[in-house]
Amino acid sequence: MTDIFGLLKGKPGEPDYEKKGVIVQGITGSYGSLHAGKMLEYGTNIVAGVTPGKGGQTWNECVPIYNTMQEAVDATNAKISIIFVPAKFFLRAAKEALEAGIKLLVAIPEHVPIRDTMETLELANKKGAIVIGPNTPGIMIPELIKIGIMPPMPFKAGKIAVLSKSGTLLYEISDALTNAGFGQSITIGIGGDPINGTRLIDAFDMVKNIPDLEGMVVVGEIGGDSEEMLAQRIIDSGFNKPTVAYIAGRAAPKEKRMGHAGAIVMGNYGSAESKISMFNKANIPVAKRPAEVPVLLAGKMEKSD
Amino acid sequence: MQLLEFQAKELFREYGINLLKSISSTNIEEGRKHAKELGYPFVIKIQVPVGGRGKAGGIQKCQNDDEFELKYPQVMDLTIKGEKARAILLEKMADIKKELYLSLFLNRSKRCYTIIASAEGGVEIESVKNQIIKEVGLGEVSDELARQVAKEMRLEGNTAEQFVDTLKKLSKLTIEKEAELVEINPLAIMQDDSIMALDGKFVTDDNSNFRHPELQKYQEKTEIEEQAEKSGFSLVELDGDIAVVGNGAGLVMSTLDMLSDNGGKPACFLDVGGGATTESVYEALTLISKLNRVKGILVNLYGGIVKTTVVAEAFLKAYEDNLIDLPVFTRLKGTESDKAKEMLQGSRTNIFDSVEEAINAAVMGVKK
Repeated sequence: MTDIFGLLKGKPGEPDYEKKGVIVQGITGSYGSLHAGKMLEYGTNIVAGVTPGKGGQTWNECVPIYNTMQEAVDATNAKISIIFVPAKFFLRAAKEALEAGIKLLVAIPEHVPIRDTMETLELANKKGAIVIGPNTPGIMIPELIKIGIMPPMPFKAGKIAVLSKSGTLLYEISDALTNAGFGQSITIGIGGDPINGTRLIDAFDMVKNIPDLEGMVVVGEIGGDSEEMLAQRIIDSGFNKPTVAYIAGRAAPKEKRMGHAGAIVMGNYGSAESKISMFNKANIPVAKRPAEVPVLLAGKMEKSD
Repeated sequence: MQLLEFQAKELFREYGINLLKSISSTNIEEGRKHAKELGYPFVIKIQVPVGGRGKAGGIQKCQNDDEFELKYPQVMDLTIKGEKARAILLEKMADIKKELYLSLFLNRSKRCYTIIASAEGGVEIESVKNQIIKEVGLGEVSDELARQVAKEMRLEGNTAEQFVDTLKKLSKLTIEKEAELVEINPLAIMQDDSIMALDGKFVTDDNSNFRHPELQKYQEKTEIEEQAEKSGFSLVELDGDIAVVGNGAGLVMSTLDMLSDNGGKPACFLDVGGGATTESVYEALTLISKLNRVKGILVNLYGGIVKTTVVAEAFLKAYEDNLIDLPVFTRLKGTESDKAKEMLQGSRTNIFDSVEEAINAAVMGVKK
């Protein structure tokens, strides 16, 4: 199992404990630049940017820019990178990062061809690296580190892990949790693509053993079978922390892609019914609306007391 | 994008997969010419980008001119799962001994290409029995694996050889065109033991379109969908009367669900996307104003990266230009939402604090 907290914040005693270095690929693009700024504001330790041809310059008078990932990694020893490049160039950027020794790659671009994602994952596997995304809002430990594009307002430090396929629903539901007094220990947006570097079960494996974890929220949507696999994994692993799910797309017509590349129901494969029934089997209540999530979670917690 | 059967077969032909003679037409005059060329008996098949055609009466046998004249217009008029006929395919009748199933697809959970094959085809994939499932990785299917599948299907001699050949060609096609799914169902063993693809399904990975200009001719989008794509948002037309607008696919789907739970009928799914600007939201409202059936607009926004003021501005401009005179029910939350609400004060937009209230008002509003 990957120690995601170890990767994100390190271990006590390490010189950069709780402020692990992050490299931003595509830092001079408008999107990359905007979000590098917002991440810095949040407290993320951005140690380098990469834009081919702009090596030697400094971004925003504080972050050194390198031409290649290898140079950036050699100079900073960073193990985390976040990619902001157009989908067409994603594969090249991702390969470069993994070859340079990146262990946690956060892939923001949407519309990445599936084949390119698969090739990236094959290489990541070989290199023992984790890929979050593509098409992810990112990953964060609230009030500590944000590697992604999520707005800061919905999130508050706490003890609930939130795993989500959808970006805006991750914000919406975290907001509802925060308002109800449920802060988050970590939130992971896995992305709405058909193939994700980190699936719901992988994300679950990353968080299930956090010592002070008090509960988990899973935000799924129609398409694929990652919710079903997760429910089975929860059953098999005997995980008994209060868990609540939400599934978007009950009213979506079959065989139509609903915005996300992965959100499509073919036959019964990927249907909301199939996911809800598996969660029921795992004794996980499924909220009908985002606002119901904290209510169900509170109910679960009462029972487990 | 899912190709039509005849389009999938064009690709099959290009890769040397065995097919019966077939011709597609879009009107009966054309069809009559093709009927003569092909000769009876033949099958007429509706061309729609969804499955379940047989059950819906979209596949009919024709033995003579009378049957053709009767059935062609009937099949042409069908609507299957909301899809109207794009064309009619005429195909020679086959002398079938046995029907098989064969597909190659991108396996989401295993993250590789996967073969599903069965010696019992001809039905929808869910009911295909004795499925043989083989993971292939990212490369082409090897001779060895193809032979293994043929063996497990208990195919022998010439049939087995032809099956191996078909599977290998299918795999080459899948990889070169970056398909998400290629399916032959049924793959028929004919009386002479040859193998023929009687139907074809082909789903492209639209994200790889930029590498496949040759597939562009199959792109089929309504004018409105095309415009939506150009402006950077995502729109799916539905058949209700309340247009649903939001940011983020998950949030819009969630809004559709809640609306449907409360008795409303969505007219469209419109995700303005993470990069929404006043211009692009204005463009989205222009598209909605073109959907005749819409009686109200439900807006559910969670401003994170997207500022809610950007959306408010677009609405104000739309009112100013008399673009929309429909009632609008809005829930705004997140970045600059107080300011956005202030901007919309006194406009024709009804603002609500919770999405539930906005939905209820929308459902009541369109009933009037």
